[in-house]
Amino acid sequence: MKFSGTMIELGCIRQFALVIGSLARLAKLCVLRITRTHLYFIINEPGTVHRAPGLWAELDQGHYFSTVTMSGVSEEHNEIFLEFEPDKLSGTLSVFKSNNAAVRNLKIKLAKKLSPCLTLEMQMPSFSEHARTVVHDVPVLPLPRRQWHLYQEPEMPHFTASIYLPPLKKLRHVVERMKNLSSSLTLAANRKGTLVLSVTSDAANVSTYFRNLTMPTWDLEGAASQMDEEQLHSATVEIKKLISFLAGEQIGPCKVICNIVDDRMVHLFLLHDDVILQYFLPAARSS
Amino acid sequence: MSIHPEEEREINDGHFRAKTDNVKNILQILKTMNFRDQANVVLSPSGIKVTVENAKCAQANAFIESDLFQEYEIEEEMVIFKLNLTSWIECLNIFGGGTAGAATPSLKMVYRGHGYPLVLELEEDGVVTDCEIKTEEPEDTLDFDFFSTEVMNKIIMRSECLKEVFTDLDVTSEMVEILMSPDAPYFRVSTFGNYGTSQTEISMESEMVEHFECKQTLKQRYRLSLLKPSIKPLTAALKVSVRMDARGFLCLQFMIRTESHHICFIEYFCCPEEEDSDD
Repeated sequence: MKFSGTMIELGCIRQFALVIGSLARLAKLCVLRITRTHLYFIINEPGTVHRAPGLWAELDQGHYFSTVTMSGVSEEHNEIFLEFEPDKLSGTLSVFKSNNAAVRNLKIKLAKKLSPCLTLEMQMPSFSEHARTVVHDVPVLPLPRRQWHLYQEPEMPHFTASIYLPPLKKLRHVVERMKNLSSSLTLAANRKGTLVLSVTSDAANVSTYFRNLTMPTWDLEGAASQMDEEQLHSATVEIKKLISFLAGEQIGPCKVICNIVDDRMVHLFLLHDDVILQYFLPAARSS
Repeated sequence: MSIHPEEEREINDGHFRAKTDNVKNILQILKTMNFRDQANVVLSPSGIKVTVENAKCAQANAFIESDLFQEYEIEEEMVIFKLNLTSWIECLNIFGGGTAGAATPSLKMVYRGHGYPLVLELEEDGVVTDCEIKTEEPEDTLDFDFFSTEVMNKIIMRSECLKEVFTDLDVTSEMVEILMSPDAPYFRVSTFGNYGTSQTEISMESEMVEHFECKQTLKQRYRLSLLKPSIKPLTAALKVSVRMDARGFLCLQFMIRTESHHICFIEYFCCPEEEDSDD
């Protein structure tokens, strides 16, 4: 089992740090799956049926790393699964979140020190000839093959409405205000580009309408397309969880798709040039 | 759940409707009053009065005059109800009052009458938020009977001055003593904390003082916890008028300039603490 990769571009390193940062906000434990071409970060929502993932992030190695060497558990199963605490990894990378961070390169490798570790070596710029190197070790737990099946790619849910979200910053502000009114929020969308966020409490009912949003075109729709276009499809989710996802705006996604499975789930799909983040929010209760 | 088209949302038999281009004006005023969740609201042709009370011993009143709104219509002379002020503020702030330079959200308020919710419609860049704030039977509010004829002492000063005094009050002191007098020390705020006594004096000659009118030396003690909520309107104010009547009741009146340069007033009344040994 071997893995080592070097990042030299500051933009990539920063992006990587932001992705890990948003993982840290979402969960205490996270699984890193390394294949020949990609890195996957997987968070399993505790308590869900079949341990369906709460988050699935896909990073293209070719984009992030200038050089990668990787060999999996065996020839046949050329993959590595590691469990780690994203908070710890995020802490080591936190220096890169600021805009004036400087680093020559960042090398990530799987090492066996006292225990298995992800070792991060950062070459810091220096004015003298002697390079400064900072090394962080983040403990990891390699997962045995019998557990791998728990972390397979999630299936696309059979959603009833799908819509591109308005700018996350704006959305986040609305959701944060709503959080102070209630603990659960209903997301509803129709096929005419309307998205409705609403909360109900003893003191007030509040609904925010975003209109004329664009909608992604999916070719996997069947009979569903015959439904009334005005009909709103909704699911009620915990506001706290939605907020922690919306904090992902830092990644600067090109597009965020929101898929709603009536009363069951909200599936958020964050697309960026080199990161794909999928977030599965189970419905808190039917509205 | 369904979406109402624009026309249906127009409510024609509204007893009260008001419209403004800039929600920030109202938000700014209400935010300073939010030391209690519940507020009494009085709608009248002259404007909106919001009252918040604290332990039946202190009361804050905000007056939002009707000319702050671009449109203001009311059929009746007076309508009173109670609502959750915190929710009202959260609703008004849903778009964050607009970032600098960007368009500010506009607001439309409709109240159809007793038993109906207060309906707000906010709009920013084509995004619409509808809010229904449930209204309740109004609570009886205190009448401090604070007529200007009874006012013995009155000082008008720039708010920065008093703000510093109030924010630095010793929190270990239960009471705050306020002295107003025609002679030196003119205006004094004292606290009696665990670590000692502190006194701040403002002379009538101070540049901060704009108007000084004291007829009698009055010294009264007020509970710090009752006086504390007045810091918020004080921070937002340009000027403050401190008045004390013969009974020792304190009235702080704050003059606040809103974003669109309207002048609004907030009054803050506070009861004195009864003491066994008067000096």
